[in-house]
Amino acid sequence: MGEFKVHRVRFFEYMPSAIRTIAFNSCMERLALARSDGSVEIFNFADNYFQEKVVPGQDGRAIEALCWVGKRLFGAGLNGDITEYDLENLRPKYTIEAYGGPIWTMSSNSQGTLLAIGCEDGTVKLFEIMEDTIQFQRNLDRQKGRIISLFWHPSGTLIAAGMIDMIKVFDAQSGHSTHRILVNRCVGASKRKEVVVWSVIFLSDYTIISGDSAGNVQVWDGHMGTLVRTHSITKWDVLTLSVSKDESSVVAGTSEGTVVQFQFIPSTMDQQDKEWVRTKTLKNHTHDIRALAQTETAVVSGGMDTQLVVRPLMEKVERNTQEASLRKISFPHRSLVSCAKKAGMLLFQFPDHLELWRLGESDGHGKSGDTLPVKKKPEKLVHLKRKGVDHICCSALSSCGGWLAYSSVSRLQVYRLQYNNNNVTITKVAKLPKILQSAHQLCFSPDSTKLFATSSQSSVIVVSLSQSECKYVDTLKAKSGARQPIHLMFASEDGKWLATANTGCEIHVYNLHKLKLHCKVPIYSSCPTAMAISPSTSNLVMVHADQQIFEFSLATKEYTEWSRKLQKRGLHHLWTERDTPVTHVTFNSKNPAHIILHDTYMFCIIDQSLPLPDQQTLLYNQMSLRSLPERERIRRSHAFKICKTYQHLMCVNLLEDHSLVVVERPILEITSQLPPPVWQKKFST
Amino acid sequence: MVGNSGIRVVHRGGSKINFREPVITNDSRFLLCSAGECVKVFSTSTEECIHDLQGHTHLVTGVAINPSNHLQVYSSSVDGTVRLWDFTDGILIKTFVIGYPIYSLHTSAKHGGILFVVVPMAKDKRSEVFQLVAVHLPRSGEQLVEAQELSAVISNVSPNPATISFGHEGEYIASAKSFQLEVFFLKKQKSYKFFLSANNKKGVQNTFTCVSCHPKEDCIATGHEDGKIRLWRNINQKKDYTYSTVHWHHTAVGSLCFTPEGTSLLSGGLESVLVQWRYGQDSQRDFLPRLGAAITHITVSPDGSLFCTSHADNKITIIQSCINISAVIQGLVKDGVRTDLMVDPRSKALVLNGKPGHLQFYSLQRDKQLYNLDIVQQEYIHEAGLEQFEVVKAAFNIDGSWLATVEERKQKDSELEFNLKLWAYVEKTQSFVLNTTVSAPHEARITAMCFSHTANSQTTMLVTASQDRHFKVWQLAEPAHTEDEGQSWSCDFVGAYHSLVPTCCCFSADGSLLAVSFNEVVTMWSPTSWELLTTLSQPPGAIRDLCFGRLSCSKYLMGTTDMNLLCCWNLLTCSLEWSTSMDVSLLLADPVSENMAAFCYQAGGTDLFVFKPSEPRPLFSHKAVCSGNVTRAVFSPREEMLDSCKDEEQWLNRSQLYFLTQHMDLMTFITKAEEDRLMASSKQLVVDESVAITPFNLLLGKHRQQQQEKQDTLSAERIQLPQGSVAIKELLHTPAHVLPSASFLCSMFVRSLLISTTDAKEASEPEEEEMDSDKEEEDSEVEMQTSTTRQERAASSQESAAQVLTKAQERELRMVKKLDRSWLSGLLDSLP
Repeated sequence: MGEFKVHRVRFFEYMPSAIRTIAFNSCMERLALARSDGSVEIFNFADNYFQEKVVPGQDGRAIEALCWVGKRLFGAGLNGDITEYDLENLRPKYTIEAYGGPIWTMSSNSQGTLLAIGCEDGTVKLFEIMEDTIQFQRNLDRQKGRIISLFWHPSGTLIAAGMIDMIKVFDAQSGHSTHRILVNRCVGASKRKEVVVWSVIFLSDYTIISGDSAGNVQVWDGHMGTLVRTHSITKWDVLTLSVSKDESSVVAGTSEGTVVQFQFIPSTMDQQDKEWVRTKTLKNHTHDIRALAQTETAVVSGGMDTQLVVRPLMEKVERNTQEASLRKISFPHRSLVSCAKKAGMLLFQFPDHLELWRLGESDGHGKSGDTLPVKKKPEKLVHLKRKGVDHICCSALSSCGGWLAYSSVSRLQVYRLQYNNNNVTITKVAKLPKILQSAHQLCFSPDSTKLFATSSQSSVIVVSLSQSECKYVDTLKAKSGARQPIHLMFASEDGKWLATANTGCEIHVYNLHKLKLHCKVPIYSSCPTAMAISPSTSNLVMVHADQQIFEFSLATKEYTEWSRKLQKRGLHHLWTERDTPVTHVTFNSKNPAHIILHDTYMFCIIDQSLPLPDQQTLLYNQMSLRSLPERERIRRSHAFKICKTYQHLMCVNLLEDHSLVVVERPILEITSQLPPPVWQKKFST
Repeated sequence: MVGNSGIRVVHRGGSKINFREPVITNDSRFLLCSAGECVKVFSTSTEECIHDLQGHTHLVTGVAINPSNHLQVYSSSVDGTVRLWDFTDGILIKTFVIGYPIYSLHTSAKHGGILFVVVPMAKDKRSEVFQLVAVHLPRSGEQLVEAQELSAVISNVSPNPATISFGHEGEYIASAKSFQLEVFFLKKQKSYKFFLSANNKKGVQNTFTCVSCHPKEDCIATGHEDGKIRLWRNINQKKDYTYSTVHWHHTAVGSLCFTPEGTSLLSGGLESVLVQWRYGQDSQRDFLPRLGAAITHITVSPDGSLFCTSHADNKITIIQSCINISAVIQGLVKDGVRTDLMVDPRSKALVLNGKPGHLQFYSLQRDKQLYNLDIVQQEYIHEAGLEQFEVVKAAFNIDGSWLATVEERKQKDSELEFNLKLWAYVEKTQSFVLNTTVSAPHEARITAMCFSHTANSQTTMLVTASQDRHFKVWQLAEPAHTEDEGQSWSCDFVGAYHSLVPTCCCFSADGSLLAVSFNEVVTMWSPTSWELLTTLSQPPGAIRDLCFGRLSCSKYLMGTTDMNLLCCWNLLTCSLEWSTSMDVSLLLADPVSENMAAFCYQAGGTDLFVFKPSEPRPLFSHKAVCSGNVTRAVFSPREEMLDSCKDEEQWLNRSQLYFLTQHMDLMTFITKAEEDRLMASSKQLVVDESVAITPFNLLLGKHRQQQQEKQDTLSAERIQLPQGSVAIKELLHTPAHVLPSASFLCSMFVRSLLISTTDAKEASEPEEEEMDSDKEEEDSEVEMQTSTTRQERAASSQESAAQVLTKAQERELRMVKKLDRSWLSGLLDSLP
């Protein structure tokens, strides 16, 4: 597969933040996820769990609850605001102060007309959902103590509220409480400790299920307010509950990192009376589970250990399909690293700062697999803190390393970098065109003369850069009236083409010489996750969330022969079963037939000149090929050359001098930085 | 060769009682379990064996109470029959011939007249595939019935009965094999199969080990190889089935059982802890720890009052009300036997390894373990793969006053820890007490150990031979310091010969010679002076066994070599007397006669030769005693001598030869005459069915024979209780709406009562009076009346029936009068 000098970079200290809450929209099959830094991520469960959109966070915004109402997403948090998110522009649409102190919980009724929030001051406030805003309707009876959890009865007439030591049931019409259910405190010494009802569920048969800090999941009769059943599932807290759509299954997440499933099943076959029985225990987390959701086929959980876990329920899925495999999503499905190919520099994007590094150097020579001595250590050139409260959503570094740009929801900054010997001077470009407010994606042209910034409605603003000033050139706009945000952008090496892809799966290619739309790639059902234009052949290579690879000739505006052959042959099943998307595509300028792409667990060089593998051949054959004689090796080799030496890849890129940059972030380093989990007695310790 | 027509090899005691799960009868008084080729009936309260249900000709593989008659029991066997027994009397009622070897037996209360048995799929007995078959028992009065109506239920099941269980109301059968649970619904004739993943990642081993169905709900509990218990629900759904998992055991779950009410689930395994899970509250569990050995089966009595656990060390524990161990039925422990078989000269008990780190004393006569002697005196940890101290050698001196034991623990190849312990028998406590512990008596493993044969305990010597090329002589010595408590053993002499490894040692019968074999050389030493007298090294080959002759043959020394030679040296001439070529695996001398027994391993089987050292012709030979090699055997002196005159039976007159086969079955040789005698004695043993028989009972029974006889006559003539009389029966059995008015019946009732009592009195003896007076608690007046009648009767022995009638009438009249009066008085009271 060719030999490269590899820069193995491990100094990108990327640290995801803890998952705080998730909400699943079963109509759209989208999952909204809020992290403790206030960012909101949208995953498309229909499209191979692809992370479609990211709304960047904000300092001081801690989201406690997310709520889908139709296609609208609401969030509320401890800063006391209710926010509706603009999912087309990836920013908060508006924010309304609830005037009840920190908001702990939010729930919408099944009709989608009212939003109830539980506040620190003990009030449950109802907001009416209007066409494009929400409006305060009224307060329910005020209680002593905070409202921790809320759940609407499906009929929309009653609300169950979990508080400290008790559960209250409110009549939504009158606003009065109809039941006051006291929850048992822990037994034993901790009896004086108050018990927090972390989560509550109100089923259509008027059963209330509560999870509390005493480690119990309790089933209550909502008519009478009496206890039906107690399941003690942990010594620690039961933090969250989630009910399936058909109300036959409830899952509970605990501080120990276990998910316990309860099912509503008849005790004997011929009888109709059912009861809630504890069934499965799933352990996929090491830390607190803060958020749970149930899809049709799986349990989705997330918590302090920052991973989103999709655990399929075996009875709901076909065995041995892709759907039946467990998924852990620990890394973002987009690149946080920009690479200056000519200058050998890396830009790392963090929510609150940027880091610019110069790669180390080595002049040693060695065999394949050797570690070369480092002559010059990698060097951190710039640590750039962002301005304002909004987190950085995108950044870019020009390939010469002379320009740097980043954007948050509220501002866009461009910097000029100058190097003389060991000194770096960074100067902010003062006058930016007014139109350059914020961007979802930023990209410099390869010759560093232009900056491309995506704007709302899939438009691209082109700005020319020169030593003295920054000049607005044009706005490229697709005529289709696409509203989705652009999440991928690539400018070709020769400066002629610019390709953009939005989350509506549309890919547009613009001719930069003419500054107009060149063509539209036929829409494929799955969202593209990475794309690039080959410098030699001007073919656009796209990789989609379902792992399909397409090659589109820009000259003839059609799929290339190789792409058709690949589609006809079909990709190897092991290739399509990989569970992380390809996040970057690049080309080898020495060998135009080579396409280099990577996901989290491998990087792959696709040699277009070699035959494609069929289903029976060994896909991961690099190790076995090595031991074969030369002739046999040629006969056995196929187009997909996969390397798994480097794990948890954040970026793989080929520099100008044909050395490979591999940015790794071992997951162990992330887990080692997490706070310690709750103490558990382990057997035989 | 001598014929062996009269002598048979038989199983004699020590059979496995933990082979299949035991059964507790409905009244919780008896426990039935399979034991080799018979079924044993034990009393749950006294632990005593009440009956041996003998009849099967091969291993009994299942015992189950007849669901339609709880006083009968079915037993199945590999011999292809199912037998129905009356276990209270120990009578065989019926034999059903199935025709296939049966590996387990199941019954269901909902399926009367049907037995479920597990038989091999193919007729071939060695086939590894089994199926569950329903047997429709033919209704026929005959003793021997052929059951031909077989119908297959589930194919490919495990022969282990723990993996098959009947669901509630007998609606379905759950069967587990390797990674698959199959639930077969009998009514719908439909089966559901549930699979667990076969890969063993992260220590997960999903293999099913046992199954139990909830008696009231549709829930199946399964145990797994990695100690997990899964509770399956929604089992009538192909996809929507679900299970919950609980995990406490750290190794495979050995057995699972729901209590009859279904309120709790019992589980056990290697940890030898009985875990009681509260059904529905998974986190709540109770433990009954320290049950001694790994739990293999758990059963609960039908009323739920008794739990019963079988253990890997051939033991059944009966547990009362969840916490009290009320009885322990201990069989012969045969796992991990490393010592030779020995007979304790005092108790005549068989001695071998018992519980881990113990020696067991097992009475062969009573087929019962007497006691365990703790040798290692360390807590045994129930965990697989842990190296712990084990008793590897033991020896008694001639009168049983000293016991020497060697225990060792091997952790790695290099370091072997071992101790020599000497135990003195204490008359006062009737047990062995540790006298001396010698840690690391040699530098390497001890290969042989023997006591000298002198009865005098002062001069008793112990010789240990070791791989460190020395043998040591130990003697009881006075303490060096006066403040020490008593005598202890110390090393007296260390011997060696050309730095060869000693393998065997043996004292002559009078204790004047010690023979120690060094590889190919036998050295003779004088115990008095410890000088090397002579060496014998004629035949080639390393010595395997050495044995001095006894009594008239004491001038001979027998030895076996690994060149397949049996040699006999004459010690007077120091030359080889005779030798014969045979592969002797074990050479054994009878302590009470000059006979010797040699077990020869030949072509997969073992032959026995009994001979006298003086003549090279065998007294008795038995071809193919058992398959496999015999390495442990012992001569056990008889309590009563036999007086058989037949040539080939004479060697059995004074002692009996027991041996352990490769499969750890204890076998012995029995003559025809002895067999007949035993059969006769077992038939004599007639037991009152209402009392569980105990030795105490038998003991008292003899003394109270007279009384018993008397009582028997009494009970025969015991007065008829009122319920028994015809009139009462009629009254009680006729429907109420056809009965005449109560006033009419009243007099009749009373009359019948009176007549019957007087009748009874008439027949009974005068002494019985007091007894009966307790029974009859009527009016004092009536009682007086009877006594007067009796006095009258004493005067004139016979009375006419007419007179009795008048008496009765009189009494009736009197009662009427009395009644009237009371009523009148009531009236009178009310008048003013």
